[in-house]
Amino acid sequence: MSTIAVSASSAIGNAAAADTGVPVRIAVRNLNFHYGDFRSLKDISIDFYDRQVTALIGPSGCGKSTLLRTFNRIYSLYPEQRADGEILLDGQNVLSPSIDVNELRARVGMVFQKPTPFPMSIYDNIAFGIKLYERLPKSELDGRVEEALRKAALWDEAKDKLRQSGMSLSGGQQQRLCIARTIAQKPEVILLDEPTSALDPISTGKIEELIEQLRSEFTIVIVTHNMQQAARISQFTAFMYLGEVVEFGPTTRMFMNPAKKQTQDYITGRFG
Amino acid sequence: MVALSQERLVSSQVVPARRSFKPSFDRVFRLASLGSALLVLIVLLGIIGAMIYGGLPAFREFGFGFITSTVWNVNEDQYGAWVAIVGTLSTALIALVIGVPLSLGIAIFLTQLCPPWLKRPVATTIELLAAVPSIIYGMWGLFVFAPLFANYIQMPVSNLVEGLPIVGTILYARTPSGVGILTAGIILAIMIIPFIASIARDILDQIPPVLRESAYGIGCTTWEVVRNVLLPQAGVSIIGAIMLGLGRALGETMAVTFVIGNANRLSGSLFDPGSTIASRIANEFNEAIGLQLNALMALGCILFLVTFTVLVLARILVSRVKVA
Repeated sequence: MSTIAVSASSAIGNAAAADTGVPVRIAVRNLNFHYGDFRSLKDISIDFYDRQVTALIGPSGCGKSTLLRTFNRIYSLYPEQRADGEILLDGQNVLSPSIDVNELRARVGMVFQKPTPFPMSIYDNIAFGIKLYERLPKSELDGRVEEALRKAALWDEAKDKLRQSGMSLSGGQQQRLCIARTIAQKPEVILLDEPTSALDPISTGKIEELIEQLRSEFTIVIVTHNMQQAARISQFTAFMYLGEVVEFGPTTRMFMNPAKKQTQDYITGRFG
Repeated sequence: MVALSQERLVSSQVVPARRSFKPSFDRVFRLASLGSALLVLIVLLGIIGAMIYGGLPAFREFGFGFITSTVWNVNEDQYGAWVAIVGTLSTALIALVIGVPLSLGIAIFLTQLCPPWLKRPVATTIELLAAVPSIIYGMWGLFVFAPLFANYIQMPVSNLVEGLPIVGTILYARTPSGVGILTAGIILAIMIIPFIASIARDILDQIPPVLRESAYGIGCTTWEVVRNVLLPQAGVSIIGAIMLGLGRALGETMAVTFVIGNANRLSGSLFDPGSTIASRIANEFNEAIGLQLNALMALGCILFLVTFTVLVLARILVSRVKVA
């Protein structure tokens, strides 16, 4: 519990710092999204700050996952889904057709709602992603795998069974393996789509601690249904409703003193 | 306590009228379903028994030599199964070598790459392919495919490889007629494709989309997603699909009988005619009497055994995949 209290207080500190000019990592401008004929994101413009955790909250169907899925263009696996507008990652438009989506996805890692270990050993789950983009000697690869597992707080539990299948881990461990797999590629941004919704409270606590630690290196965007979680781990929060960003600001202010009535109603549990 | 047990006594006296009916019906139902289940077993055992009984004289006459002998001479009443066994295994193997990659390609295309408007037509066509009766494949193979195959493949290839070591034997046609082991293998491949492809497609469709998304999510290309994540994830079941195709290829009779050439000698060339167990039986059962009939029955036993062995081997393979 003490770590949660600490992270909450650090959130306040960082939010204050952000007001004094933290660089923007992702700038979304006039983003529209269509599922077939249905327009699920409406003219969204929002900034995500460098090495900060930004939480996207809002009722189901508000478009928060959709927004997340535009940053690595994973939506483009489905031909009926389209996005237009601009998503500038370090000034480069992610939605531009000239972008190499595979390389983009190595730069913008994603962790999903359910743990998705690949059907291979724990070691290979991590090495696989690294080997896609880097050709490393074995010893260096071993080092990278260990580093990723350590950062994902999984090393102590997994170091003796690196050759075992990723499926042999518990749900919470599997999710940390997925996070390890993502950070092993040294991405710039990590997208987390309700990463703890399928986990028990203890595993959830570990993942939250982990997110807190990863913030020093990565820009993190997390979609969550759990408002306490958003309050605990994020420095910025965006409240979305019906495909629009209703309100965006430092997490402390959003929760203590929301400017919009809708935000207040949602946060206090009056709807959603 | 006393009152309670009395009450229970009373109620148990009232209920029997209905209860007595229920257990007896239940027993009948249980016996009936047990009977249906046993019937299958009895039929199977009966078939095996009849085959062994019918084949026994041939086994007794030729001993183990029945399997290893390449002689099949009706006039001298000498029978050996080796040519047919080799033909059966080699045509099935050719069918798998050609059919499995194509089937997986079809399944992968349909599930991963196919634009939505093309999905239905392709999937339906594949399923219609499975509905074509095997005699049609046989006729098409003999009258359409074989002549083309002889003209455009057998003759040029034979001329090309003549005199070369190894390929000069394997791919040389003494009489380029178009029929032969390879032709049968190709026709079989076409026949097993719809089975393997549609099952493999169902298997790939069942893999949760989020696994696929997370593989794309670390920057995999489609090939890497399929090769490293989807196929290993499907692994065991894909082998099951291939097994089903193999089972069909081993036992297929009509189409093979048309295009294999029905020769009774062993040849090192894939272009030469041969025969399979099933084609041999189909060719000769009509006029067979005495020892020849026993020999055909014995061939049937061997086909049974071969299919069974393939199944066991496949099971072992399946469990090995599971461990890894």
